[in-house]
Amino acid sequence: MSIESLDPDDVDAADILGSAIERREDPALITGEAEYTDDIQLPEMLHMAILRSQHGHAEISDVDTGAAEEMDGVVAVYTHDDVADEAVSRDGSLLIPTGWLLDSLRQVDHPVLAKDKVRYQGDAIAVVVAEDRYVAHDATNAIDVDYERLDASADPDAALDGEAGQLHDDAEGNVAFDWEIGDEERTEEAFDDAAHTVSLDLENQLLIANAMEPRAAVADYHPGTDELDVFMTSQNPHLHRLLMSGVIGHPEHKLRVKAPDVGGGFGCKIHHYADEALVALVARDLERPVKWTSTRTEGYKTDAPGRGHVTTAELAMDDDGNITGLRVDTKANLGAYLSTFAPAVPTYLYGTLLSGQYDIPAIHASVTGAYTNVPPVDAYRGAGRPEASFLVERLASLGAREAGIDPAEFRKKNFVPDNAFPYQTQVAVEYDSGEYGKPMEKALETVDYDAFRERQEEAREEGRYLGIGFSCYIEACGLAPSELAGQLGAQAGLWESSLVRFHPSGTVTAFCGTSGHGQGHGTTYAQIVANELGIPYEDVEVVEGDTDEIPQGMGTYGSRSAAVGGSALVKSSQKLVEKAREIAAHQLEADPADVEFEGGEFGVSGTDRSLGIKEIAQQSYLAHDMPDDMEPGLEATSFYDPDNFVFPFGTHVAVVEVDPESGEIEFENYVAVDDVGNQINPKIVEGQIHGGVAQGIGQALYEGAVYDGNAQLLTGSMQDYAVPKSLHIPDMETESTVTPCPHNPLGVKGVGEAGTIAAPQAVVNAVTDALEPFGVDTVEMPMTAERVWNAVNEQATADGGDAADATDADTATDADADTGGEN
Amino acid sequence: MFPDEFDYHEAESVSEAVDLLEAHAMEETELLAGGHSLLPAMKTGLSSPDVLIDISGVDELRGVSVDGDTLSVGAMTRYSEVLDDDAAHEHAPALTAAIEQLGDRQVRNRGTVGGNLSHADPASDLPGPALVSDATLVVHGPDGERSVPAEEFFFGMYATDIGPSELLVRVELPSADGAVGTYAKKPSPASGYPMVGVSALVATDGDAVSSVRVAANGVMDHGVRLEPVEDALTGETLGDDAIEAAASYAADDLDEAMMMDDLQASAAFRAQLLEVYTKRALQDASERVSASAAAD
Amino acid sequence: MAEHDITLTVNGTEHELEVESRTLLVHALRDELGYTGTNVGCETSTCGACTVHLDGDAVKSCTLLAVQADGATVDTVEGLADHGEFHPIQTGFQEEHGLQCGYCTPGMMMTATDLLEENPDPSREEIREGLEGNLCRCTGYQNIVNAVENAAETMGSGAVADGGSVEELAGGDACASDPNAGAETTDRCEVRWPDEGESE
Repeated sequence: MSIESLDPDDVDAADILGSAIERREDPALITGEAEYTDDIQLPEMLHMAILRSQHGHAEISDVDTGAAEEMDGVVAVYTHDDVADEAVSRDGSLLIPTGWLLDSLRQVDHPVLAKDKVRYQGDAIAVVVAEDRYVAHDATNAIDVDYERLDASADPDAALDGEAGQLHDDAEGNVAFDWEIGDEERTEEAFDDAAHTVSLDLENQLLIANAMEPRAAVADYHPGTDELDVFMTSQNPHLHRLLMSGVIGHPEHKLRVKAPDVGGGFGCKIHHYADEALVALVARDLERPVKWTSTRTEGYKTDAPGRGHVTTAELAMDDDGNITGLRVDTKANLGAYLSTFAPAVPTYLYGTLLSGQYDIPAIHASVTGAYTNVPPVDAYRGAGRPEASFLVERLASLGAREAGIDPAEFRKKNFVPDNAFPYQTQVAVEYDSGEYGKPMEKALETVDYDAFRERQEEAREEGRYLGIGFSCYIEACGLAPSELAGQLGAQAGLWESSLVRFHPSGTVTAFCGTSGHGQGHGTTYAQIVANELGIPYEDVEVVEGDTDEIPQGMGTYGSRSAAVGGSALVKSSQKLVEKAREIAAHQLEADPADVEFEGGEFGVSGTDRSLGIKEIAQQSYLAHDMPDDMEPGLEATSFYDPDNFVFPFGTHVAVVEVDPESGEIEFENYVAVDDVGNQINPKIVEGQIHGGVAQGIGQALYEGAVYDGNAQLLTGSMQDYAVPKSLHIPDMETESTVTPCPHNPLGVKGVGEAGTIAAPQAVVNAVTDALEPFGVDTVEMPMTAERVWNAVNEQATADGGDAADATDADTATDADADTGGEN
Repeated sequence: MFPDEFDYHEAESVSEAVDLLEAHAMEETELLAGGHSLLPAMKTGLSSPDVLIDISGVDELRGVSVDGDTLSVGAMTRYSEVLDDDAAHEHAPALTAAIEQLGDRQVRNRGTVGGNLSHADPASDLPGPALVSDATLVVHGPDGERSVPAEEFFFGMYATDIGPSELLVRVELPSADGAVGTYAKKPSPASGYPMVGVSALVATDGDAVSSVRVAANGVMDHGVRLEPVEDALTGETLGDDAIEAAASYAADDLDEAMMMDDLQASAAFRAQLLEVYTKRALQDASERVSASAAAD
Repeated sequence: MAEHDITLTVNGTEHELEVESRTLLVHALRDELGYTGTNVGCETSTCGACTVHLDGDAVKSCTLLAVQADGATVDTVEGLADHGEFHPIQTGFQEEHGLQCGYCTPGMMMTATDLLEENPDPSREEIREGLEGNLCRCTGYQNIVNAVENAAETMGSGAVADGGSVEELAGGDACASDPNAGAETTDRCEVRWPDEGESE
């Protein structure tokens, strides 16, 4: 079941692509040799600490930094006015930009340091720079801020209710945008004509990414050249460089952003925050290296959280249980300001996925974005797609109950049929390829579905409650093409760039504009390039994450690296092979059209004359015998702009036992069958699924950012916010099917987010299936023991049954169970 | 992440610790044991003592010993040291059962029994076992030692009978004398502290329960005995029916309005968990009794 | 009493340093001595990224004052491998894909070796319990459990069949005890400052 890793030395060159080889990244990571941002020590380095708002929403009347400035070891203290001094800011905007615009978007200013108002607990007010970390921290405590508290709201419902305190003058009623997709009229007709409908009110709770490495930055300014180096925890150094250059007024070509080893991101290291820009700003001003490392509790208050939807969703069906319509109304929490890609996440990354794996003839969704007093919300692993998949799959289970059809059968009969691809959904996107029945069948076989239903029956008779939950998810990754992204509001292209360079001795360095932070790109990209060039895997080195080394790039997020970055490497490799072919043809005195390339050898067809690509590389640098007008050297750069998104899919199944007395949930099994197209390295794919599922289970059972009525974070440390531990996550069975992507050269789809997208609803569906005898059809996430217990009790109380007496429930509520949804 | 500045003193002996406490009586002073409650509080700014007196290295405060019918656990004995001690398992099974589930591996390598009891966190794991074991807590101060029964030691949240210049030096537990000790705990998924933790010490005579003591952590502002459960089970045959019936009295003497009610669990759910986990602690005891009977 | 002169023997090398009362052991290791393999992931003693061995036992070095460790032996991830030869736990993590971003991995391995010393043949459940104090956000833990099983098999099948400690297995004392050790040993024992050139 578990895929066995291979030593790359034991794999034939021809088989390198697709082999589950061990990662080359690991030796540095398991010996302590890796260099994360906080590991960097520079001579004369100073430490920065940030004073943050104590309140969710407040006016600031005064910031007194006098005592802090006088402390031993404090070098400088900056407030909003200090950084606004032109000598410090140059011509920087000092405003955090938004990278995605919508027609209805009400943009608001997001200053790097708050001027006269703070809008979330954690909003930066002042920074201290000192000789060591401890002193910097002490000095922030010595700064005196006069606050006048304002009404605060942490959830979008409250923020939009017309009575909440308004965050921004430019956003009346806290509305950031109104957005819709689909055909409202047609959808209304579908509901008018429906034989069955189900409706679901749900909250997709706010989550905190919790990458194990906190965000950090080290900036080093060289006054002689005006070069400013910023080492930072980044998923996209080029994007950070572009945005930061505007914020701090430093020319892009004099600014270097490098991501050293990065300890996980899950989205929270995509966005441009004030903090890293402030590090760069003060290092330039003081002309000394400066380091800032977020503490975990600081991260809880500032790392962009994700999700945060309050939604009503309805499903319409005909008499036979065919889905005829889907209607969705969502209020999305955007937080206090617009984070980098915030407007895209609850709109184009969400609404476009609402068809799930199903052939739904009418869909309409409306989304209102709300400014609230939580940190700016943005992409967290999955970003929009988990929210979409969650509601579609919850409705599929409720719809099956309502229609009186087995949930697996219900899904199968509504799948987009195999012969309908490419399939145009009612929500703008066109699915590239799919065979949705395949993973479902494999999953049913793996869990032995028929036998499970028998066991479930028997267990219920003994007063034990087993449940099975399905999640037939779809994700979209590698958002593309750039032209479409631009039409939808992106302020950036979504191509990827690479450079593949032969060295004269025949080894290769491959540069790619993605920026891995745990995904093993060094290994998988080398597999791709070695395969394309027909050279040994160990002869390829991969470089990522440094604007000084890599020509251009868009970074790693949205499961895009293999599909877009990998394809860019193929494209550069192919360009390079074409040049090499011409050199080979020239030296072999043959027509390039007659020269074939295979296994690293250029051969003239019909002869035994050939030259190896490494020899051509050497020749290209010697340049003693080149074709006319051809430049020496052997390297190629390319920009790959995909034709479409890629659409991975799969079926996840959770099998649980629920104890109605304690509300506790135990996993009996978790099966993941994923179709991510061709797999470059199946072991790495497996690892991505495991980790993704764990985060999805985290959302289902444990995680959630909780704020009080004053928008104070109550889950502000790892003692309060439950990041799943080893005992919380079950062993999983992972399987796959392979439906190659038809429009990229590798046939790959993307796997980084699949597990996180799929898992929550598999678990919720399993729990509600287990509790069907109690008439429970929904439990909010995270499904804590208390919430499960409450659900059982509330339902039993509503039914006039005995709340705690589990054994009676089976018969008492059997009849009610069939009524399913709450239409 | 960064504690405020403080003065650090390492005590070599109990009397030096008491002297230091007296010398710094006018300052905010904390005793440092395993540090697993204090240091995180200092790092997150919840606690800023002026003076820290480190007693973790005081030899006379460390170790487990047996004297007649009494097991004595030095206050600075680390959890892992208790678990490594056969006599502790034999004579104080309720204590070792709880320690096995306390914190995590690294915490157990560093945290101390005395630090835990002195801190008196309502959600710590050891007050319950101290109560069911009928432990005596020995406190040392300027006037020498005095003994406090566990029943009188815990005053409330973070409050005990330890005076300003005193420290807990050891815990004396009368031998369980063959009774079975168990601990059933519902940990907070984030912190690992119990939302509810139930400690039980059960002795049987043939099939009948000859004596039983049950106590709960995490439910009220300090550990509490569950006497109605004890009364209901004493003299009964230790089996599912009797356990179920006894457990149903778990919350009877407790005022739900005073129960812990926080982000981890409401008071109402704690009351429910208390019943469930009382049942589990007693069922575990029942299974162990059966297993040892079968082994005999 | 705000400053203290202390001695730490890290991976066999003795260091003398001056620390403030409040300096945490993890900061002394990382910032003062350059052992940056030990990471910091939280300040609440929850995540275990900072786990090291203190006199042979796994502890969280963020929940310990450096002054408390005066005179102690500290073993960190940098001391696991012996002259380039991986410790079985390291091999296990690599072979089983037990890491992704690698940030939790040093702490995870230090806890795992402590567990394996006490229980050389743990069940999967025992491994999960043993690693309760170490958070990983990337792997979902399954391959970490596989990695520890893999190491247990390797260690059980040869090197430490006699129950030898991790420190012995990894030759943790080599540097201190062998003043005549060759260049290779000296390299390994050297305090590692990040290469300035690399950072610029």
